[in-house]
Amino acid sequence: MPALPLDEAGKYVVAAYLVFLALVLIYVAIMAARLARIDRELGELAELAEGRPPAETDREEVPA
Amino acid sequence: MFRVRLLSLRNLALASVALLVGAFALVFFYAPNDADQGFVQKIFYLHVPLALCALGGFIAAAVHAIRHLRSGDPVHDARAYVSIHISIIFGLAVLVTGSIWARASWGKWWVWDEPTLVSFLIVFLLYATYYPLRFAIEDRDRQARYASVFAITAGAFVPLNFIAVRMAESLVHPRTFATAEGGMPGEMWLTFAVAIAGMALLWATLVRFELVAKSARARISKVRRALDAEATGASRSRIAPTVPSRAGAG
Repeated sequence: MPALPLDEAGKYVVAAYLVFLALVLIYVAIMAARLARIDRELGELAELAEGRPPAETDREEVPA
Repeated sequence: MFRVRLLSLRNLALASVALLVGAFALVFFYAPNDADQGFVQKIFYLHVPLALCALGGFIAAAVHAIRHLRSGDPVHDARAYVSIHISIIFGLAVLVTGSIWARASWGKWWVWDEPTLVSFLIVFLLYATYYPLRFAIEDRDRQARYASVFAITAGAFVPLNFIAVRMAESLVHPRTFATAEGGMPGEMWLTFAVAIAGMALLWATLVRFELVAKSARARISKVRRALDAEATGASRSRIAPTVPSRAGAG
């Protein structure tokens, strides 16, 4: 086939590069959602850890 | 340790963005238009690096799988899994950009008698079965072992695919390297080299990103289990009746 004129070829080239960009952006969006979930779980763990009674070894001994 | 990994991830991400932006600038402002295909050939600088990185990623997964079977270290299994995962995403991009290029060059979205396209599709579909195979097995150790065997077997198929494509005598697939007319000029080679370096760095960045996220989730689950076990143990010790000793009961 002969080479396509620039105005016709341009839309295919732009489409190909946009597909790549869209895939990367979708991946980044999914990863951002996963990171937000990790952040939320970390927050829950921090709350759990703060509400926990201190361990035996950390307790201060009261002299008799 | 975590800080060092995070820094290297950031550096990787910055380097891949810089290289990809540089590559795309070279594609549109430096590399000449192809004498045969014209402006459409610009897709080559995206499509071929994506394909090479996807195939390279499958081979990297096979190497990690071999290391996993040799050592039993689950880190290698995680690396193999993530390598395949990112390579499948790259493979999807290869198929879509290849179809667009085919439509522009040949007037068809897909050509079934073209070995390059069909063999890549076979590899892609082969790796698409990795997920159901892996997650159909509940036992973690067996899952990792079977997935490693799959990754090695499928990884061996990748060079075969590449060799078959090079050996196939096709009249329709555009050959950009080493043509009878002398192949690509220097500007095209430089642009292609930068594009492939940028794409390889992007692949490495995404793999590292995914591994860091997986590692963080695994650590969170571990801490959560430990806290749950501790809370259950504490409440049991408060609620459960004291068990008399054998000596006392006798």
